[in-house]
Amino acid sequence: MAYLDHAATTPMFPEAIAAMTQLLAEPGNPSSLHASGRVARRHVEEAREIVARVLGCRPAEVVFTSGGTEANNIALKGIAWSEREQNPAKKRLVIGSTEHHAVLDPTHWLHDSNDFDVTWIRVDHVGRVTPQALRDALGSDPSDVALVSVMMANNEVGTTNDIAALTAVTREFGIRFHTDAVQAPAWLDVNFAELGVCAMTVSAHKVGGPHGVGALIVSRDCKITPLVHGGGQERDIRSGTLDAPAIVAFAAALDVVSHRRTNEVKRVSELRDSLVEHVFTIAPDAIYNGDPEGRLANNAHFTFPGCLGDSLLMLLDAQGVECSVGSACSAGVPQPSHVLLAMGETADHARSTLRFSLGYSSQESDVAELVAALPDALERGRRAGMPRGAA
Amino acid sequence: MKVLAALSGGVDSAVAAARAAEAGHDVTAVHLALSRNPQSHRTGARGCCTIEDSNDAFRAADMIGAPFYVWDMSAEFQEKVIEDFISEYSVGRTPNPCLRCNESIKFEAVLNRAIDLGFDAVVTGHYARIEYGPHGAELHRAVDPTKDQSYVLGVMTAEQISHSLFPLGDSTKVEVRAEAQRRGILVAQKPDSHDICFIPDGDTAGWLARQIDTEPGDVIDAQTGNKVGTHQGAQAFTVGQRRGLALGNPTGEGERRYVVDVDVKTNTVMIGPPTLLDINVIEAVNMRWAGPQPENGQDIEVQVRAHGESLPANVELTSDGVVITLRDQLRGVASGQAAVMYDGTRVIGSATISRSRRSVTA
Repeated sequence: MAYLDHAATTPMFPEAIAAMTQLLAEPGNPSSLHASGRVARRHVEEAREIVARVLGCRPAEVVFTSGGTEANNIALKGIAWSEREQNPAKKRLVIGSTEHHAVLDPTHWLHDSNDFDVTWIRVDHVGRVTPQALRDALGSDPSDVALVSVMMANNEVGTTNDIAALTAVTREFGIRFHTDAVQAPAWLDVNFAELGVCAMTVSAHKVGGPHGVGALIVSRDCKITPLVHGGGQERDIRSGTLDAPAIVAFAAALDVVSHRRTNEVKRVSELRDSLVEHVFTIAPDAIYNGDPEGRLANNAHFTFPGCLGDSLLMLLDAQGVECSVGSACSAGVPQPSHVLLAMGETADHARSTLRFSLGYSSQESDVAELVAALPDALERGRRAGMPRGAA
Repeated sequence: MKVLAALSGGVDSAVAAARAAEAGHDVTAVHLALSRNPQSHRTGARGCCTIEDSNDAFRAADMIGAPFYVWDMSAEFQEKVIEDFISEYSVGRTPNPCLRCNESIKFEAVLNRAIDLGFDAVVTGHYARIEYGPHGAELHRAVDPTKDQSYVLGVMTAEQISHSLFPLGDSTKVEVRAEAQRRGILVAQKPDSHDICFIPDGDTAGWLARQIDTEPGDVIDAQTGNKVGTHQGAQAFTVGQRRGLALGNPTGEGERRYVVDVDVKTNTVMIGPPTLLDINVIEAVNMRWAGPQPENGQDIEVQVRAHGESLPANVELTSDGVVITLRDQLRGVASGQAAVMYDGTRVIGSATISRSRRSVTA
C-alpha cells in the first residue's frame, strides 16, 4: 500500500504515541488543585513551552483547541466580533480566495448571519496572494477592515505565501491579521514572532500528533471574543477541560518535527520531485499545479485533462495507492476545486485533479507503487472521460 | 467478476450487493447522488438520496467489505429524468420517471462509466431475474409478483442486461428483509420507498404547477360537449384519473366520471363515464428490445403500468412503432407510459405509448 495523502492526515510519530498513551491512565484534570491535577497541569504547561519554542511564540500565546477548524473559527469570529465591538465601523473581512473551508465557511457565516462585508483577495495563477493583491483588496480606505486572513500554505496545491510581506501591508493601517498555518509546521520554519500576525492556526494531526487537538497562537494584545463559554481554561478565549494526553502528544510531535525538519524537507522534496518526473513521463499532458518552486516540500498536485479526479482516485485506491482529489467533498461528492477556479482554471480542469502528498514516513517504494498503478488508471479514467456531475 | 454495486442506502440494494460478494464477485459500492441539494435526513418512505441514505449505504458497504464511493449523477438526472418528466407532462403525456432513470442513468450513464473504468457488470437490488437462453441474456419477471420490477427495467437492451446482476429476483421481500437482519445490515427495517423520488411530499400536481406555466381551462363533458367545470391547468391531468376533478355539478345519475382525454393545446380536460376509457388497441413508439424482436402478429402479453396486470395481446410491427391489440378491453391508458411486452415471464421489450383507441371491429 502506498499512502500518499499526508496532507489530509499523517501517521503519529512513535514519540507522540508514547507520550499520549503514558498519560491516558493518569487521573488528573489540569484544572484540579490537588497533586494529580498539578501533575496534569505540569504536562500541559511543559507541552505549551515546547509548542511555543517550535513555533516561535511565547507560551502564554498558545491557546489549545480541538483542532484547526475550531482555531480558525475562534480567530475569524472572535477577532471580527471584538474589532467591531471596539469600533462599529470595522465590519469588513478581507480573506484569501483559496482558503480552506474552515476559514471560508466562518467567513460566509459572518457575512450571511452577522452582517460583515467580505472582500476576497485574488490569487495569481500559482495560487499566491501578492502584497499588491492584498493592497487592492484593502482598497483606498481600509479603515472598515476588521480582519485579514491569508493561509501560510495552500492545502490543495501547496503554494506558500510570504506572510511577513503581507503583514507589512496591513501594519501600515493597524489591521489585525490571521494566518491558517495548518499545513506549514512540518515543512516550513514557522516563527510566529517574525510573521507579524496576531493569530495563527496549527493542528496536531498534520504534524504527526493526534486528531482532535490543535492551537490558536494569539498575540497578547489581540482581543478575542470567545465562542464557547464554560470555565475559561485557555486565557478565557477557549473553555473546556484540557485534553492533557493529546496536548502532550501534540508537543512531542512538534518536537520531533523541529529536530527532523531540515533533513526531511530535503529528502521528501527530492522524493516529490522524482514523483513529479515520473508522472510527466507517464502523462505528458498532465499539468503541475501551484508554484513549482515556492511550495510545500511534500505536495504534488496535478490536473489530468479529460479524466475525472474521482475516477482516478477510485482506480488508484483499488490498486492500494491512496491519494486525494484535493478539493472538498459535499456529501461524499468531490466538488470542483475552488482553489483551481480562483487560480483561473476551467471547471473541467478543477474536477480533473489529484493531490499526492508525502510525509516523514514516505519512501521510494510509495512512489514506485504509484508509478506502477498510474498508467492503467489513467487509461481507464480517460476512457470514462468527464461525466457531467453537478453543473 | 469485478462488479459495481449501486447502493441506495435501502435494504434491497444492500442485500443484493452482499449476495454478489458472497457469490465470489469483487464488489465495489457506489451511491448515486441524484439531487443537487440533498436533504440531510429522510422523511418517511418518500424521497431519496439524502445524506442519511448515503451514510446508510456507506455502512452497508462496510458490512459487505466493499470499498465505497459516491458518484455525482445529479446533472444527468436533472436533464434525463426531471426535465423529461416536466416536458412530457407539459405536452399532455404521463411519463414514468423510474423507467427513464433506469434507461438513462443506472443502466446507461452508470453502466457505461463502470465498463470504462474496468468493471464487468452493475449490481442492483431490483426484483427481476436474468437467465441465459439461446440468444444470450434474458430479462424475466421476479418470483415475487408483488415486488416484480421487470416493468421498470423493460427499457434495458440485451447488451445492458448482459452487464447486469439482479441477485434478488428469486427472493421475496420478506426473505430479503430477514436476510438483511441476519447479515446485520442496519437498514433491514427501513421502509420501502414509494412514489417519485424527486417529489418528496408526493404532491405531483403541486410540484408540476411550480415547474410548468399553467392556466385555468375548461372541463368538458365528452358526451354532451358541455362545459362542466374548470381546472387549473390541463398538464396535471392523466387519462383515467378520477380524483382531483372538483366538479361543481354532479351528474344526476351519480355515475363516476373520469378524465377520458387531455388536450394540452386547447387546455381542455374531457371527462366522461368509465366506458369511454375502454380501449383495445395501443400504438407505441421508441422500442427498446431486450432480445430478438417479436415476430409480426406474435401473441404476447403486455403490461401498461407499473403495478398493472399482464394482458394477452398480439403485436404488429409498423415502420416506426408497434401496434398492440389486446384480447380484452382495457380501461384508461395514458400516453407516455411504457407498454412492456412479455413472452411468459420473459421481457421482449418496451415501447412508449403514443395513442390508444378502440379498434373499429371491436
